[in-house]
Amino acid sequence: MFTLGPLGFAAPWLLVALVALPILWLLLRAVPPAPIRRRFPGVALLLGLKDEEAETDKTPWWLLLLRTIAVGALILGFAGPVLNPEERTAGSGPLLIAVDGGWADARDWPERQAKVEALIAEAGVRGRTVALIRLSDPPDRVAFQTAEAWAGRAAGLQPQAWAPGDFAGWADALPDGAFETVWLSDGLAHDGRDQLLSALRSRGEVRVVENVRPVLALHPAGYAEGKVTVAASRVPAGAAVSVDVIAQGPDPSGVERDLGRVTLTFDAGAERAEAAIDLPPELRNRITRFVLEGARTAGAVSLADDSLKRRKIALIRMGADQETLQLLSPLHYLRQALAPTADLIEGNLTDTLMANPDVVILADVADVSASERAALTEWLEKGGLLLRFAGPVLAASDVSRLEEDPLLPVRLREGGRTVGGAMSWGEPKALAPFPEGSPFFGLVPPADVVVRQQVLAQPDPDLAERTIAALDDGTPLMTRKAVGAGQVVLVHVTANAEWSSLPLSGLFVQMLERLAVSTRPATPGATDLAGQTWVPEVVLDAYGQTSDAGELPGVDGETLARTIAQGPTASIPPGLYAGADRRVALNVIGAGTELKPAVWPSGVPVDRLETNAARPLKGEFLTLATGLLLLDVLAALWLAGRLRGLLRGAATGVVLVLMAATPRGAEAQDATGADDFAIRATSSVVLAHVLTGDPKVDDMAQAGLLGLSDKLWQRTSIEPAMPMGVDIEKDELAFFPFLYWPVVAGAAQPSDAAYAKLNQYLRTGGMILFDTRDADVAGFGGGTTPEGQALQVIASGLDIPPLEPMPPDHVLTRTFYLLQDFPGRHQGGQVWVEASPDAEAQAAEGMPFRNLNDGVTPVVIGGNDWASAWATDDIGVPLVQVGRGYAGEQQREIAYRFGINLIMHVLTGNYKSDQVHVPALLERLGQ
Amino acid sequence: MTIAPDLRSRAEALGQTLPPLLAEAEMLASTVMMGEHGRRRAGLGDEFWQYRPAHQGDSARMIDWRRSARSDAHFVREREWQAAQSVTIWVDPAKSMSFSGDRSRAPKADRARLLGLALAVLLLRGGERVGLAGLASPRAGRAQLLRLAARLADDAADQDYGAPETEGMVSHGRAVFLSDFLGDLGGIEAGLARAADRGVKGVLIQVLDPAEEEFPFDGRTIFESMGGTMRHETQQAGELRARYLARLAERKDRLAQLARAVGWHFTTHHTGSPAQSALLWAYLALEGGR
Repeated sequence: MFTLGPLGFAAPWLLVALVALPILWLLLRAVPPAPIRRRFPGVALLLGLKDEEAETDKTPWWLLLLRTIAVGALILGFAGPVLNPEERTAGSGPLLIAVDGGWADARDWPERQAKVEALIAEAGVRGRTVALIRLSDPPDRVAFQTAEAWAGRAAGLQPQAWAPGDFAGWADALPDGAFETVWLSDGLAHDGRDQLLSALRSRGEVRVVENVRPVLALHPAGYAEGKVTVAASRVPAGAAVSVDVIAQGPDPSGVERDLGRVTLTFDAGAERAEAAIDLPPELRNRITRFVLEGARTAGAVSLADDSLKRRKIALIRMGADQETLQLLSPLHYLRQALAPTADLIEGNLTDTLMANPDVVILADVADVSASERAALTEWLEKGGLLLRFAGPVLAASDVSRLEEDPLLPVRLREGGRTVGGAMSWGEPKALAPFPEGSPFFGLVPPADVVVRQQVLAQPDPDLAERTIAALDDGTPLMTRKAVGAGQVVLVHVTANAEWSSLPLSGLFVQMLERLAVSTRPATPGATDLAGQTWVPEVVLDAYGQTSDAGELPGVDGETLARTIAQGPTASIPPGLYAGADRRVALNVIGAGTELKPAVWPSGVPVDRLETNAARPLKGEFLTLATGLLLLDVLAALWLAGRLRGLLRGAATGVVLVLMAATPRGAEAQDATGADDFAIRATSSVVLAHVLTGDPKVDDMAQAGLLGLSDKLWQRTSIEPAMPMGVDIEKDELAFFPFLYWPVVAGAAQPSDAAYAKLNQYLRTGGMILFDTRDADVAGFGGGTTPEGQALQVIASGLDIPPLEPMPPDHVLTRTFYLLQDFPGRHQGGQVWVEASPDAEAQAAEGMPFRNLNDGVTPVVIGGNDWASAWATDDIGVPLVQVGRGYAGEQQREIAYRFGINLIMHVLTGNYKSDQVHVPALLERLGQ
Repeated sequence: MTIAPDLRSRAEALGQTLPPLLAEAEMLASTVMMGEHGRRRAGLGDEFWQYRPAHQGDSARMIDWRRSARSDAHFVREREWQAAQSVTIWVDPAKSMSFSGDRSRAPKADRARLLGLALAVLLLRGGERVGLAGLASPRAGRAQLLRLAARLADDAADQDYGAPETEGMVSHGRAVFLSDFLGDLGGIEAGLARAADRGVKGVLIQVLDPAEEEFPFDGRTIFESMGGTMRHETQQAGELRARYLARLAERKDRLAQLARAVGWHFTTHHTGSPAQSALLWAYLALEGGR
């Protein structure tokens, strides 16, 4: 094969044809593009005109160049160019292929496998014997066999989920005699590798094949300041790159989902990147694993164990709030011990049970009500943990005295006992060592923890088995009983330091951890794991896929703790290990694992794994030639002037697209309209009415509010601007403190969006005065008039509180004027306002009003047609006649007063209501 | 069969083209408001002109007795002189007129015939006598219109460019020349001179395709006349544009000069624009020349 640099040619003699290119150049140059023949009467005028440029009868140079390149590409293409033609070097003797076979190989395993197969096939061609070893396996005898024997086995070779480990063992297992070695390395530094390398080099030539692609590894997630922190490493450090970390776990229906996602950004040259995921506890507790997106290796998967879970703990203290000192509070030490590691809920029992806590702690609570007991029992049977602390209240009560209480593990003796106190014999008691089988087995009780006072259990037959901790005289200190799937634990001392020094000691925290009350620290230490057998539940394969552990044997705690520190091995694969009451994750990458790139001695040749495969370029060259010839067609058309029509069509298309894309000006106008509206509505106080669509009603509402605004201006410090009509579907309501809504018969129901706006308006302090204007024909509330029915339709979607007819002492009756009647054009119609919150409130002795402090009613509903009574024209002349003669004018005056009271109420809230306190305040001030 | 096949096919072709052309011409003509246009002097005609006192020599039957009975003098009723004019229309039948620069536009010949025929409709309605130069002698009446239409549709010549035909032109009549006037200027001048010699006044209407005004060509091109007798090859048609347009403007200028010299009117009409304006112009120009 003829080669030129990285290019080789299958048919080099065809290249001779390149000589013909200059001839082609000359030929093409001589033949100009064919002319167009046109019939054109104006030719009579053209006769005798000469072309200015004589050159152009030849083909232009760039067209020539285009064609020459096209033909050149054709010739090169047919000459069969090949990029990186393979050149093999011969070898002889046995060939050892060593594959690291660890998790880091999983990222490019197919390439490695192909390389191995290629090596075996090549050895087969040359008649060499081959041995294939996977260094992540335990050392075994190395047997050289024929290539055919290995070919099938190589295809089934898979990487392991742990790193290659026992290099020294492999060095010992090597056979004597010379052989050549090809080592497919995973690119990471491993301890002891030099040993094997020197052993191999002593046998013969060693070639190393590595992949330059970076290895990504995910460290176990931690928990800090309410956020889950994740960190990842890479080797080698290169340019800045971003990787997503996905937190996966089951959703409530049990389907695996992505629960969270965060982007880790490696800075250029940085080997480690960290980020935090902020997740609500419900999601956080569901996370089962973290995955680096796009990296299919066991190192890019970090299983989450219980250490990430944060338990919800309800702290309950019954009875009235005693204003005792904080340090004496029975919950204080619990709060201190649990707050860093758990989510605490405090409140009454019924409310906290709704939040479905993992643990409920009752500190010195004797008994609970029947409904609470039922709820608590149901919660217990579903797997809750009820932790109770004794105390004076429990000791003094009759609970579980004769019959065992379902919510207490044992019967209690009356009164309890006091040891080592002023009035008793003996010393305060210390704790006995925890027996085997107790959840606290393995913890060492400090000598300075003593118990001075406790409640005592009745010596029942099952007392011994229910005792999980005892004093050194054998008295039970903690007892436990299973209730359904859950359990009840009683601590026979108080949760504060009153009865014992237990809550002051570190043991208290450890015991709470053991009871699975609080959450453990992130990395379990040897002491945490010791004394138990840990059974694998889930194991990881090299690609990061989890599978059921099946029949894998359990591991004792010390071994597991050591493995967690050093990394998994063939005998202890990565996965989730379950102990008695918790699960521990053994990940490929630990929190402190550091990745280092492999460094090979200078005498060892290192190849890249990506063998630059021979790549035939025939197709590319021919495509290039075809593309150039197509360009040539276009160019020839253009030269001949036939491209105009095409271009014109294209230009029309472009113009059409641009026209379609031009934004309409209408939206911009809308925006300025909304701004004008907002400025008008907010530059001063503006009364507003809802536009009903009936022009007569709308005009009357506008005139009515104008009249009321005038009266407000004249008589009060409220100086409203021109009233405005509001379209509840389109306009913003938040600018208006008050909306007057005349209800017309057959009014359409507002849209959902409008309802949302109205409810928001009512909730945030707006007031709507609904006026059905029908008090002359109907009492309000019957829904018998068409307006009343329309009001019912409108109000059905509104968030309106319970209503009552306006009581005689409602604050509306005295916000500015003292009123008892609220006429509009009609008199005597019932007016409804929000019902007072405390229906039983009575007026205090000597007080004219009930003491109803809060609540500005969000709606006032009536049918007195106030707008008509208020309505004036621009110069203040009333528009509508009210009543007859002087009595009518009086009625109009009262209508105005009601309007003023209403606006005052809207703008000042319950200020007038608070006035009832004035005598008391004055008295306190000593006036 | 007594009818020769040739004659029959031509008759059928005529039957197809004639009614649309005629209908179109009538429609076009109807857009120009028509009325009887008298000669503004007493003479033979149908319209009343004036009463004048009877002179010596007026025969008794010329006296309008009804008018005379209202006074002591005798009056003669005079009518407005309505002498019919002979208008000869020449539509260039040469091949250059069959050019159209765009598929959506009709050839120039179509527009020229349409203009000619519409003018004929107008003039015939006005009571004038209309003929086609060399094809039909001027006559009045609706029947003449059908004849003109038939002759026009029939008309095609072999030469590339036409020269005005003056045969059959009535002395002191009117003439309308419709052509692109792109051919030899000598022929045009000669035709115009012949017409002027006979005291004929008229209008020159140059009918051009927009492509001839814009010259929207590029690249290497061989231009041929419609008959193929003339050809011009160029490498860069776009380069010729400016010079072509200059020559065209010069040709128009020259035609306008010629027309002015013999008291004719000249205009250029494009097939891309509506025919109505040209028709109106021509009609007014003919009237004004009276």
